[in-house]
Parts: sequence; structure tokens; C-alpha cells
Amino acid sequence: MPKEIYAKAESFYVDFERKTGPDKISTHYCPGCGHGNLHKMIAETLDEFGVRDKTIFVWPVGCSVFGYYYFHTGNVQVAHGRAPAVATGIKRAHPDSIVLVYQGDGDLAGIGGNEILQAANRGENITVFFVNNAIYGMTGGQMAPTTLPGMKTTTTPLGRTRENEGLPIRVVELLSALEAPTYLERVSLTDAKQMNRARRAVRKAIQAQVEGKGFTLVEALAPCPTGWKIAPTDSRDWIHEQMEPLFPLGAKKDVLEHVESIPGEPRPFVADGMGEKLDILASSVTQARKGTLKEEDYANPRIKVAGFGGQGILLLGVAFSECGMQAGYEVSWLPSYGPEMRGGTANCHVRISDPKIGSPMVEESDVLIAMNRPSLEKFEPDVRPGGLLLLDSSLIDIEPQRDDVTILKIPATKIADDIGTTKCANMVMMGAYIERTGILDLESVIEALPSYIKRKKTIPMNQQAIAKGAEYVREHF
Amino acid sequence: MTEVRKPRAKPRGTVEIRVDECKGCGYCIVECPQKVLVLAKGFNRMGYHPSEYLGDGCTGCGICFYACPEPGAILVRKLEPVS
Repeated sequence: MPKEIYAKAESFYVDFERKTGPDKISTHYCPGCGHGNLHKMIAETLDEFGVRDKTIFVWPVGCSVFGYYYFHTGNVQVAHGRAPAVATGIKRAHPDSIVLVYQGDGDLAGIGGNEILQAANRGENITVFFVNNAIYGMTGGQMAPTTLPGMKTTTTPLGRTRENEGLPIRVVELLSALEAPTYLERVSLTDAKQMNRARRAVRKAIQAQVEGKGFTLVEALAPCPTGWKIAPTDSRDWIHEQMEPLFPLGAKKDVLEHVESIPGEPRPFVADGMGEKLDILASSVTQARKGTLKEEDYANPRIKVAGFGGQGILLLGVAFSECGMQAGYEVSWLPSYGPEMRGGTANCHVRISDPKIGSPMVEESDVLIAMNRPSLEKFEPDVRPGGLLLLDSSLIDIEPQRDDVTILKIPATKIADDIGTTKCANMVMMGAYIERTGILDLESVIEALPSYIKRKKTIPMNQQAIAKGAEYVREHF
Repeated sequence: MTEVRKPRAKPRGTVEIRVDECKGCGYCIVECPQKVLVLAKGFNRMGYHPSEYLGDGCTGCGICFYACPEPGAILVRKLEPVS
């Protein structure tokens, strides 16, 4: 592939403005690191195919975590080992984009071993670049799944042994046992000949995705002079002598010529018959509607609901957000709870808003619904001055400390008990809050209840609880 | 390393090293088939001895470009038509 000019690819930024520090022209990689070579091959190919503007990189944790400093493409940096899972979502949501996954050996073969296996097995139409330098480089040279037998690392100071740490994992061989992947090749970033082979492999893998031909992966044996503690020029010899015998080069699977292109349309979700299967008849149920706000100050509430597990704290949050959504508000619901199903503490953050919601987190709250004493003690200080504090006075035997918020004491558990079950105390609180603020239309919330409470026999009881909560507020405040 | 080469009448290619992007790993020097690259005696901004073109003998093959890990440290031009 001779060219007239060999220069920095246009898929790179001209200046690496995202990079911290004064140097905006060179990469953050150590001298002699293989990442840069692979970056150049990928960038060159994106230039050639003219797909830079529809390319989305998914970057790993590892030395290449800062890939987004360099590539003038879409970039997402994801949790350790999870790049193939995130790439799956991106590719399915944007089937026309070119999704490139870039991972190191610690990230792909260690932390995210299962992610890559499953994505490959599903035959996701993505391209994976797997940089294998036999070590966890960024964290200072710990043993990776690909570390060679006998190799000394900070976690195998006496050398990796078969008995103690097992033998290295050969990723392309492992994946080639699967049916779905269409192209799997191992290359080495060493001398001019191997560099040329690597360039061809990179090009082929990206072209396969452009043509919609399924899952492809290129494993690149790459030098890590810093981690291996040898000079860059010696590191390439080390790959030839030590790595290549264990990680044989070449294509381990290549069926690109025999596969059909996968259609690039999103896979549609078919809702027909789903309602019956899930025992939901959403379309036949009344939708909750907006109410008339009793005060301007009650608009766009940031609500925190807290109590102990089993009180229906999270369900109350779901009910608020479900009704809010039906009524046309922007909503969010963020649960926080321990591993216990009953007992323990639970709270959730709910936002009901006219403008779009930036973050579902509720730190300072406009409304606190406290269903037990520890919740009141813990979250009372976070209510904004002038905010609303609803507490279950049948369970909380202390007085709130604040005098700058509106306090509504509702004997919710007592009211629920009178209806027939203490479990619907949460719905009593819901009725009380809606009655007080008018954020939702009370009647429609009661009628829409089957859309957010699925157990049919509890529906009348819960409807009654909402009505009773509202009634209590009407009569006492 | 500093032996004087006889300049060719018609240079086939040329290589430009961007000194402050070079980390002195030496890959280009090892890989250059014509052996026309050396490590400079002086330092660059980052404190590395950067690679340096002897000034003559480059064929524009581009091998050093792919040997170099830095995106923009090396620029190679072929001065004769690409076959």
C-alpha cells in the first residue's frame, strides 16, 4: 500500500486539546508503546473509508483509557471490561455507525472475559481491537491472563507457573471455537513486515463492519517496554522470541467471504400480545393526569421517600414516577436500598418535572416523605427551607427539628391498618401528598392504579388508601 | 553515524521529524532500510533525544512512519511517482 505522503491521519485531532498538561501534541503513552502504532492504523483506515464522522469508539480502562484525547470521532469511555456490552447497545441503537471497541488484555481477557465471550457469541456487528502486552500496564505491571509462563510481574515475583496461576489465555483461539465471529486474527506490532500485516488486518476488520458482516476481532501483540523493563528496541525482539511462539500469528478464523451482510436496521420491539403475557392491560386503564398546583412553589418537586424495607418505599417512588409519566411530566426514579427484601433501610429519589431532568439524584429535597424515625433523623436536614415534610406519625415518636419547613403529620400506618393492611401506608402518603400539592389529578391517580400496582386483589385496598390519605389532609390541614 | 554520504542527484523521498513529538524510542532508526535516521545528540522539549534525518538517502518508503507510535511525529513524502 505505497502512498505519496505518510502523515498524521485526519481521524486524529490536530491538537490533543483534551489532554491535560502543557503538551498537546504527543500522546500520553510511554516511549515505544504499541498503542500509538495501532491507533495510527485504525485512524488511517477510518480516513480511507471516510467513516470518521459515524465512528464511535468504546474505550476501556487501562493505558488506552484516554483514547478520546486523540480520535476525532465519537468516544465513550466505559467501566472496566464492559466495552463489548456498551458497544452492543450503541451498535443496536445506531446500526449505521461504526462501533470500534478498544481493549487491553487485562480489560478484555481478565476483568471483562465474559463480556467479550457473550458479545462474540451473539455475533454483534462490532470490531474489537485487543491489545495484548502480557501485563496489566497502567497499574504497574501485574500479572494478566495473557502473562507468559515464567514471566515475572509484581504479582508473580517468582514467575508465573502453570501450577499456581495457570497458562496464558489465547483469546482468538478461544473465540474461534464459537460459531458467530466472522474474522479473528492475531498480529504483532513489531518489524516492518508484521506492521504491514497488522495494517491489513485492521483494514479488513473495519471493512467487515462497514459491510455489516458481524463480529470481528484483531489481537495485536504489543510492546510494553516500561512494564517489561527493557528498552523499546529490545521489546520488539522479545515479542518475536517470547510471545509469538505462545501466541501464534495469523488469522484463526476468516469466513468473511462466505457470510451475508446483516441488515442494518434496528431490531424493533414488538408489543403485540405482550400485555396479555405480562398480565397488564395498560391500554384499557385510565391514565393519570396533571392536577392544578395549589401553590407555584410545589412545581417540579425533588422528592425523597425513606423508610424501612417492606414499607413499599420504592413502590411509592415508582407510583409517583409512573403517574407523573402518564400525566406528561418528565420523571426519574432512583432507588437506594440494601440487599434485604424486608427490614433494612430503603429510600428513593423521585423527580417530577416540567423541564427535562439533568440528574435523578436528589440531594437537597423539596419534599421528604419519612416513614420511620431513622429516615426522619437522617434526611430532615436535607429538606430545603420552605419545603414539605410528610411524616408517618403513627411510627415516628419524635418531633422534627426544623421550623422552616411545612410539616404534615399523617398517621399513615394507623389509617392503613384501619383499611385492613398496614402495607398500604405508602399509598396513604401518596394521597396526602397529591391532595396537598395538586401536582396530579387525584381521581385519575386512583383510577390509574392498576397500571402501577400489578396484584389485582390489592387494588381496591390501595385505591381506598390514596383516598383516605387525601381525606386526612383535607380535614386536618 | 555521521559519515558523509554522497547526495543523490535526484532524491526519491524525504522524511521530516517533528522533534517535540518524538520520544526517542528508536524504532524508526532500527527499521529504516536505508539507515538514514539517527538519534540526535541534543534534547527535545520533553528531554528525549529525538530521531534525526541525516538529510539524504530517504526513499519515501514509509516504514518509519508505521514503526513510529506517535500519530504526527514523522512525515514522509515520496518524491517520485507511486507505482
